[in-house]
Amino acid sequence: MHEKTPLIRLSKREDMPKARVWMIRLGAFIFALLIGMLVFAVAGADPIEAYVTIFKAALGKTTGIRQVVRNAIPLLGTALALAPCFRMRYWNIGAEGQITMGAIAASFFAVHCRNMASLPLLLIMGVGSMVLGGIWSLIPALFKSRWRTNETLFTLMMNYIAIGIAAWLIGGPWEGKPGSQIMPVFSSNAVLPKVLGIQCGWIIVLVLTVVIFVYMRYTKHGYEVQVLGESENTARYAGMNVPKIIMRTAVLSGAICGLVGFLIASGTHGTLYSNVAGGAGFTGITVCWLAQLNPFAMIVIALLLGVLTKGSSTLQTSMAIPASITDIITGIILLCMLGCEFFINYRMHFRENHAKEAK
Amino acid sequence: MSTLDFIVALISAAVLNGAPLMYGTSGEILTQKSGNMNLGVEGLMFMGGAFGLLGAFTYGNAAGDSASGVVAVIIALVCAFAAGMAGSLIFSFLTITLRANQNVTGLALTIFGTGLGQFVGELMRIRVGGNVSISNALKVSFAGSPFPKFLQDIPVAGKLIFGYNVFVYLGIVMIIVMHHFLAKTRKGLYLRAVGESPSTADAAGINVTRYRYFATVIGGGISAVGGMVYTMTIAGTVWNHTGLSGEGWIAVALVIFCLWKPINSLWGSVLFGALLILYIRLPIPFIPTQIYKVVPYIVTALVLIMVSIRQKREDQPPAALGTAFFREDR
Amino acid sequence: MESVHAVELKGITKRFGSNTANDNIDLYVDRGVIMALLGENGSGKTTLMNMLAGIYLPDEGRIFVGGKEVTISSPKDAFDNHIGMIHQHFRLVDVFTAAENVVLGLDEPGRLDIKAASAKVKEISERYGFEIDPDKKIYDMSVSEKQTVEIIKVLYRGADILILDEPTAVLTPQEIERLFKVMKAMRADGKVIIIITHKLNEVMEVSDVVAVLRKGKHIKTVRTAETDPKELTELMVGRKVELNIDRKTPVDPKPRLTIAGLTVKDGEGVKKLDDVGFIAYGGEILGVAGIAGSGQKELLEAIAGLRRIEEGSIIYSPEGKAPQQIVGKSAMEIKDAGVAMAFVPEDRLGMGLVGGMGMTGNMLLRTWNKGKGIFVDRRAPEKLASDVMESLEVVTPGIYYPVRKLSGGNVQKVLVGREIASAPSVLMTAYAVRGLDINTSYTIYNLMCQQKDKGVAVIFVGEDLDVLLELCDRILVLCGGKVSGIVDARTATKEQVGILMTSVGGKGGKADA
Repeated sequence: MHEKTPLIRLSKREDMPKARVWMIRLGAFIFALLIGMLVFAVAGADPIEAYVTIFKAALGKTTGIRQVVRNAIPLLGTALALAPCFRMRYWNIGAEGQITMGAIAASFFAVHCRNMASLPLLLIMGVGSMVLGGIWSLIPALFKSRWRTNETLFTLMMNYIAIGIAAWLIGGPWEGKPGSQIMPVFSSNAVLPKVLGIQCGWIIVLVLTVVIFVYMRYTKHGYEVQVLGESENTARYAGMNVPKIIMRTAVLSGAICGLVGFLIASGTHGTLYSNVAGGAGFTGITVCWLAQLNPFAMIVIALLLGVLTKGSSTLQTSMAIPASITDIITGIILLCMLGCEFFINYRMHFRENHAKEAK
Repeated sequence: MSTLDFIVALISAAVLNGAPLMYGTSGEILTQKSGNMNLGVEGLMFMGGAFGLLGAFTYGNAAGDSASGVVAVIIALVCAFAAGMAGSLIFSFLTITLRANQNVTGLALTIFGTGLGQFVGELMRIRVGGNVSISNALKVSFAGSPFPKFLQDIPVAGKLIFGYNVFVYLGIVMIIVMHHFLAKTRKGLYLRAVGESPSTADAAGINVTRYRYFATVIGGGISAVGGMVYTMTIAGTVWNHTGLSGEGWIAVALVIFCLWKPINSLWGSVLFGALLILYIRLPIPFIPTQIYKVVPYIVTALVLIMVSIRQKREDQPPAALGTAFFREDR
Repeated sequence: MESVHAVELKGITKRFGSNTANDNIDLYVDRGVIMALLGENGSGKTTLMNMLAGIYLPDEGRIFVGGKEVTISSPKDAFDNHIGMIHQHFRLVDVFTAAENVVLGLDEPGRLDIKAASAKVKEISERYGFEIDPDKKIYDMSVSEKQTVEIIKVLYRGADILILDEPTAVLTPQEIERLFKVMKAMRADGKVIIIITHKLNEVMEVSDVVAVLRKGKHIKTVRTAETDPKELTELMVGRKVELNIDRKTPVDPKPRLTIAGLTVKDGEGVKKLDDVGFIAYGGEILGVAGIAGSGQKELLEAIAGLRRIEEGSIIYSPEGKAPQQIVGKSAMEIKDAGVAMAFVPEDRLGMGLVGGMGMTGNMLLRTWNKGKGIFVDRRAPEKLASDVMESLEVVTPGIYYPVRKLSGGNVQKVLVGREIASAPSVLMTAYAVRGLDINTSYTIYNLMCQQKDKGVAVIFVGEDLDVLLELCDRILVLCGGKVSGIVDARTATKEQVGILMTSVGGKGGKADA
């Protein structure tokens, strides 16, 4: 008789102690840093020195810390925006485009309401960015709830359409010097003020963190989203209006992404670029996922990625290592963290040695 | 320029620009047919572009004047393919074995892959101290037509049929082979079953894990070759990340446009290639060039909508696309 | 027992946790025989056959095929022993043709030749009288055609022993007739056919021998020609079980739900309820009996406002209020008016409960939109959760512990407890005791009785006829989406109800209400 049980059998694991979960995640992070050392070594740099440089550059000086926070703002904002969507199992990967549309709306008012006082202008820019970001996100949601059009692929396409529109605007109607393909910087009344030397967007996203936490946990909307994410049948059974919830959540998500676009355009660059989102829409997705949709964990992860980005831009100048090594390290960290969830969610049963018994 | 000349020039430019997409798309089709949605194509194409260039460049330097064009092309192909396989192996391990979320893993792979490609490209530039380039003799074997000159000199047909670089012909053969594999062979049928309904395939004794690994790793290799084709032909064997960026995402769009059928990518990639350059060749005064560039995405979104409204079963994405398979979930 | 049997099972036992699904079963079938495996739901028929099909491994016992002892640990092993099983849920790839599905997973050498496969499918079809187009896509097929493909798939793999799990549950009478013809043709070809069923009329019509299972035990095997439905029923249900349910005579029953001409169709336009009419009274328990899939689910969903109603009216007359028509009202409005439903689906979750949430979150499912403002009120559900936990003795580490991780009985207590706690005036439950042990079942029965005594109109969809007869005041019997009769539960016999359940297309005699 030959037992055909596989070498390793898996079963779902439900209740690992919290401490152990975080130990595994920490382990994965350290593992990723170790692989990163290998990458530095291959690139011909002293790995220890490289890490020291990164952390010194990012956290050693006030300017460094400011840059870290600046880097983290769009990542945190996007991750927060996506949390309700992901809780609903609606795969909005269109944050990049929604950010861009938000930035476009903000720029529109910056260009056309040049003469307004700063505060009302900024308010209009903010609201406008949220409206346009929300509309941009509503389009795929509309088709999803009506015809079940695949939202992953649709939102992905919407990204590039938005970026194209931005490119057209800065190269056409809003172009500064003819032929420059660059939009002139906003007038100073359209630029977000600084608080502690950093654009005030950091306050907005921190407030947003609490808001989203409360929204997801304590509101009726949050409850609806959670039920729908678990089971559409149960949601219908409880009398929920499923299409409405899908569209509302998508709009909310798009609106926050739009707001992030406003923060980047007005606070960081003071102008519109076609790649104004700069990948934050994509990286934000991974931040959101790695944080397990927990808003406070998102702060930590966004800051961590901010440190890496800032630190490795210094690497380029001080150690002649291309700054793109950040993306490699970031990628490795993300991949390791994604992989480690397996050990949290599944239990492995190794086959006991039947071979001996057989003989 | 006569109209005929213009059309010939337009078509050959479209084919030239479509060639990287041909690989990127057909590789991703193979992947998605197994039910895996690898959004890391952009990263894979960067890796393929950088490592392909690195391979050809290293060989060119080592061999010096005696370098053979054929060998250089093969080395570039192998390097790009291997890089893509390595990248998609990471993806496969995470999503198939460790059951990580496919969307997020794909995006992480894109971050990693674009970073790695860019890093290798820049590192080469720093080490060489200037733009990396290979000798003109080698360049020709990448960008030039493999056919004898008299064939290329045939009016109109010469340029339209024999005037492309070797990767165009290779890509056409590859796509036809893939079409045959998916449509006619037993393994192809089983692979499609895995993408449609892994539990059915599993119950019929098909090893779902093995098929998914196979399709994703080979598909990733093919996609990566697309990046190499871009670097070695369109970009003129110079590392050009701004030019390459976005190609992978267009390839993903094209997968939808082709309705997951490799044979459609033959003309689909030429069409998208044309759309990419049409703003240069055929400017229409009231349409700004940047809007031209988003046409592929708009068309793809419309196709996606139409497919979901018409609900024709043959045109739908593989039913299990994006989902991990765990037998005990049944 | 000297001759070699086609299949023989010796001492087969299979346990799932503490539940023994099959208890020391001995059984055999011979070549050229159609055997019916008869038993009530949960008697262990499918489990037993799954061990022949390679889905489960037996805990104890031995299996012989053609006299040789075999181990069957995968579907492939089953095919190697020429055993094929057609499951209730079809395993087919929708976008493939019949022929493509048939060859799926085969290790045949050489190139894939769909044409040859199609030819072979045609040949098999002709031999046994199937009507199937090998090049037709599955998604274009009727349920009956899909079943045919599954049967051909099994025959193509060379099966001589075919097991069909409740094959007629999804078929029309005409399709059933055709299937039986095919089965007889296969019998003539020397094949062994085992048909799992709980419908007596089918057993009588098609089988040669009947093996009866009850509560996991093999009771007896009899020759069909030498038995009759009455004897089979007795074997199947056993001695009448004495239940101690405190059934009071309804006090002053008033019509609560008056339903007339209710017709409901499914997504494919097939009538799931056909001209259903009855009255449910406050202060009584109306049982609903019927073979699985006779329209029970659709009936409850239609009343609850979760299903589109083609025709008919449902008049709801709450205590002390004017009667109102509830057809066309939303699920939320109907629920708020006092109509509660506790439906326990096969997977227990997925309808009515959210597995990832704790008891509190699940209590909230009824009241989440109550109250003003944007916040949900969690205090009331928290209290409710604690109350339900205490009064129904739900075993859970806490009211925030995800219900998915609770045992089945506790999950059901949460569901039923929640619906009762909403103080409904109509309480509908379906399969409320599905998979529960006796004690827990009694807790639930008593809850039903308490509700009835409070004047609630209770509609109880059940599977176990003994329970229905003991618990309910009246029993409505559904058959193929129609009401085949309403009987007084105090005077009716099990046989009477059983006949009503199976009186498809007028067979089995008319019953008077």
